[in-house]
Amino acid sequence: MARAGVKGPLAAITAGWQERESEDQELRDALGVPIVNLSIHSRAERVFREDPELFAAHRARQDRVRGLQELYRVRVKHGVAAVRALGDRPVAADLVASEREDAVAALRRLEEHHLGRLQSVHAAFSVETGFDQRPAVARERREIEAALAECEAVLVAGGHIAVLLNRMRLFSLAELCRDRPIFAWSAGAMAMTERVVVFHDSPPQGPGNAELFDVGLGLAGGVIVLPDAQRRLRLGDPKRVALLSQRFAPTPCVALDEGGWIARRAALDPRAFGHQVAPPGEGDGARAWMGEGLARSLERGGSVIALSGAGEEG
Amino acid sequence: MLAIHRLLEAEPLDAAAVDDFLADHAFPLVEDTHATFVYRGEADAVYLRHWIAGLPSSHPLTRAPGTDLWYAVLELPPKSRVEYKLEVHRGGGSEWILDPQNPRTASDPFGANSVCCGKGYRTPSWTKTDPEARKGTLEERSFFSPWFGDERRLILYKPARFRETRRYPLLIVHDGEDYLRYAQLVEVLDNLIHRLEVAPMVVALTIPHDRLVEYPDDPRHVGFLTEDLVPMLERELPNVGGQTGRGLMGASFGAVASLSAAWRKPGFFGRLLLQSGSFAFTDIGTHNRSAAFDPVVRFVNAFREAPGRPSDQVFMSCGMYESLIYENRSLQPLFWSTGMSVRFVEARDGHNWENWRDRLREGLSWLFPGPLLLVYE
Repeated sequence: MARAGVKGPLAAITAGWQERESEDQELRDALGVPIVNLSIHSRAERVFREDPELFAAHRARQDRVRGLQELYRVRVKHGVAAVRALGDRPVAADLVASEREDAVAALRRLEEHHLGRLQSVHAAFSVETGFDQRPAVARERREIEAALAECEAVLVAGGHIAVLLNRMRLFSLAELCRDRPIFAWSAGAMAMTERVVVFHDSPPQGPGNAELFDVGLGLAGGVIVLPDAQRRLRLGDPKRVALLSQRFAPTPCVALDEGGWIARRAALDPRAFGHQVAPPGEGDGARAWMGEGLARSLERGGSVIALSGAGEEG
Repeated sequence: MLAIHRLLEAEPLDAAAVDDFLADHAFPLVEDTHATFVYRGEADAVYLRHWIAGLPSSHPLTRAPGTDLWYAVLELPPKSRVEYKLEVHRGGGSEWILDPQNPRTASDPFGANSVCCGKGYRTPSWTKTDPEARKGTLEERSFFSPWFGDERRLILYKPARFRETRRYPLLIVHDGEDYLRYAQLVEVLDNLIHRLEVAPMVVALTIPHDRLVEYPDDPRHVGFLTEDLVPMLERELPNVGGQTGRGLMGASFGAVASLSAAWRKPGFFGRLLLQSGSFAFTDIGTHNRSAAFDPVVRFVNAFREAPGRPSDQVFMSCGMYESLIYENRSLQPLFWSTGMSVRFVEARDGHNWENWRDRLREGLSWLFPGPLLLVYE
């Protein structure tokens, strides 16, 4: 923020904290500038109470998304298993490489297919409900717009990515925030991108696979951000890391750990920004696994100026 | 050389040497893959009574020459957990006692046992009260069950920050009071939900009147679960609904009741958690267990003949030191053949509540994964 010359006041989106949305004192203390919490989560709760038809449609959409995700997960499981199994076969390396390449390509096609399906569900929800025109939503949105008008930049905190994304979509916050500097971290950073990938290599039920989870708001295109990657991913397992990045190529996956950040140029001078990417093995910081791709994506620009990984304390 | 063997070579081997030996060590004394059990006192004979299938259930302790110290050495593979008592014979009588040298005990509906833990076993941190974890609530109630024709008690767990506007999976637990008392189920749920490893859920802890009658494939119990209890709770509480939102769980005969209900009402419960299921069966002839197993064997034999597809996802666990490990292992191919998603976990433990407690994290997080994948603070 200092590099961007942003002094506040700031609008905060903490909907990812769900019912703890208003517990933002720590954030206020840390930044020391006036903050207006946009209270997106509680606004959505109010809308759902006032508009039960919209609430029912929202739930139905979530059921469809969950169903799609379950089917996608089955396919990913087998697709990833196929890639791994091919690598273990005692066959000539050139033969294996070709088959593996095709198996990875199949996974990439699956990611595209799933993204398309998710986009369709969201589009259908929009058409069927006309949610942005509904009185309760429109009223809250006007209030948000008015609050934003008083603010220099927007903060988007982490938390529950699905809750955060859905609430931001409900009030069309991508449109409202597009021309403002945005500082987003953890789940907030994920929400800014075009593709939200969720991941954890060591959950208690045993390792699963990273999943394309949802369409992001698209304010920071061309990158997939992986916050808190050192804790959540087995970065010391090159085969696992490689397959993850290959699945989503050419979009670069960027591991954002404590202190790491990437900046997307926007209304502010892009030369003032850049990205802090520590090469693998050089301690904390954002790590780009596909350096060239990242550089290209940074050059393409966007309206989000900062995506940051948060520390343990968020 | 084990410490007990060094003691036996001591010169002189007298009361003072025994005093020092007992003062210098905690007992049972676990050294690598062996455990030394001791008893000190005058007796005619002392036996180690344990519940390790595969070893003689009664293991004699040997008196150290010229002393009142009795000892036995048992092989104890790493991460084992064994419950036991000492049987002391004296003056023509005998009694089973907790090990006076061992403060560690585990309780069950029949009392308490001493516990010996092998190298590497640690009580999981998520089974202990965590002051940071927000607490769920318990509410006891009773309701009339048309299927049983009587009043039934129920304890309902609601997760911390329960809200009517959310939808929760519903998990029905057999022997609910025992899971609370002996497997710390509330602490486990509070902790795992707090850690985001398990989905916030509503848990109905059922309490049977006569579990040995009601649990082994009693049609009244199936009706009680699927037509009395679950519909009542789903009318009243915000729930995910459908098979993916319903789970059924139990241990021992409770696991039989769970599988039986799912088998008789396929697709009703999408998630099963079966712990040390008493899945006795026969390939020919009669079984050699007690008469209480007669209806179990009839059910499991019928299930093996026509398993259908009772549920969608099944987590099974069993202790390697239980006789039931044979049946549980044997059923795995059959479970897989139904098309259900199955996970089977074995542990170096016995047929007891702490074994079932220790498997809950893996089972619940697999059946009802929490938002760990979705939360990035």
